[in-house]
Amino acid sequence: MDKTYLKFEQIGMSFRRGQMATEVLRDIDLSIAQGEFVSMIGHSGCGKSTLLNILGGLLKSTTGEVFLEGKVVDEPGPDRAIVFQNHSLLPWLTVYGNVAIAVDKVFGGKKSKAERHDWVMHNLELVQMAQAKDKRPHEVSGGMKQRVGIARALAMQPKVLLMDEPFGALDALTRAHLQDSVMEIHARLGNTVLMITHDVDEAVLLSDRVVMMTNGPSATIGEVLKIDLPRPRRRLELATNTEYARCRAAVLEFLYARHRVPARVAA
Amino acid sequence: MQAKASATIAAAVPVPGATAEVVTFRPPARPAVERLREFASRAAGILLPPLIVIAVTLIVWQLLCSEAGSRLPPPTKVVSDAWDFIVDPFYDNGGIDKGAFWQISKSLGRVAIGFSIAAVTGVALGVLVGQSTWAMRGLDPIFQILRTIPPLAWLPLSLAGFRESNPSALFVIFITSIWPIIINTSVGVRNIPQDYRNVAAVIRLSWWEVFWKITLPATVPYIFTGLRIGIGLSWLAIVAAEMLIGGVGIGFFIWDAWNSSRISDIIVALVYIGIVGFLLDKLIATVGHFVSHGVSAQ
Repeated sequence: MDKTYLKFEQIGMSFRRGQMATEVLRDIDLSIAQGEFVSMIGHSGCGKSTLLNILGGLLKSTTGEVFLEGKVVDEPGPDRAIVFQNHSLLPWLTVYGNVAIAVDKVFGGKKSKAERHDWVMHNLELVQMAQAKDKRPHEVSGGMKQRVGIARALAMQPKVLLMDEPFGALDALTRAHLQDSVMEIHARLGNTVLMITHDVDEAVLLSDRVVMMTNGPSATIGEVLKIDLPRPRRRLELATNTEYARCRAAVLEFLYARHRVPARVAA
Repeated sequence: MQAKASATIAAAVPVPGATAEVVTFRPPARPAVERLREFASRAAGILLPPLIVIAVTLIVWQLLCSEAGSRLPPPTKVVSDAWDFIVDPFYDNGGIDKGAFWQISKSLGRVAIGFSIAAVTGVALGVLVGQSTWAMRGLDPIFQILRTIPPLAWLPLSLAGFRESNPSALFVIFITSIWPIIINTSVGVRNIPQDYRNVAAVIRLSWWEVFWKITLPATVPYIFTGLRIGIGLSWLAIVAAEMLIGGVGIGFFIWDAWNSSRISDIIVALVYIGIVGFLLDKLIATVGHFVSHGVSAQ
């Protein structure tokens, strides 16, 4: 397997506000192989979303470059589709329309109208939302909205699927259900995925590797943990699995023993 | 941390060949009388309070103006004086002596033209101002000053420019109603969530596609707020402008009635103007609700 399908090279990011410059990220080096599922975990404010937005092309890094298949990433594009934390569906379009707007744009010249329709429906079926295709976003639940967000991203056939805390806003049951869906889809399609999360169980359950970020400012990669659990993974069986418990403990140890959020100075 | 959300689920195993009888449940039909009574009580709840207020107002007015030397006519006199004007809105005796329908439709026609031009121009300028920081900085202060100028103050300038009454009236409507449309549209464009822009960026919509597929639909609720304020202002402006430029129109009708001391006609015309203004507002609100189908109902 090609180890450098996606590569972050010496990524650094500073935000400038007047005279003050805040360094958010520094010295980020990471290579991701094709088909790999990588999670990025860290406390709030450690710049994980910033890193994802740099990969997504929505932000330009101050230093360093991101390479996808050897090419420099410098603008947003459908080859790096994003599943946004708050689903970001367009409220005036139906569930179908929200996926179709992406499909029509990305495959407008390549697929016929009928093929595009089939492709939209195929992706809605993948996330079990085909039956709600004519509903508007405000008529479906939070979990269903996020399913549509995932369908929209998958429908672009991205080289890398970026997920920015995709299940953060959902209740635990819905979240577990969607995690299973994502695992199933990943097993079926073999996408390369970079997911941001601050849920330890989610990271360990879904990922091939967990990238742990140190605290900001000037956050960087603290440690990368390989999760050697066979797939398909079932959460019930993993509950008693020693390797799972070890990985989980390792991430918890990193987050809460070595890189605890420094206690706030009382104001 | 996260709850381990799962439990053993006893799978429902389908028995091959077994079919269940389908039973349709019908909600018990309620007697028509009961439904009618419910409808009547709901209608009464909505209609009764304003009817009571109107009745009380009319009675007080009647009592106050019934004396012999009273300067304003009581409601009964208004109705009897203006009876011809009330019962036959379609009469046409030539010149400016026309029924209420013709007077109002002439005014509405002017509003329709002036307001349409203002709507198109206002939305276009609003999008421009909202999208560009420089246009915002340059134009916004000017808009904020111009919008406070009362409609009639524009009329002399307008007459000087157009030298004819009709285009002047249209211009006054245009210039009165355009500001809220521009300002609301630009606020709407500035308030488009970054998420929508990110989505557009990821699927690489062109500038034009962003405008049609993201900017315009996302701004629709704001645009219609502007249009609602705008149409109200333009109805205010037309009545005032018509008083000065003359001819057929509900505004000049009032002025003409004043000059011939037909106070009762004025009062009836005022009621008509109020009702038409109310309907215009409701019209725009309804169209807005229809067009924005749930954009605001996130």
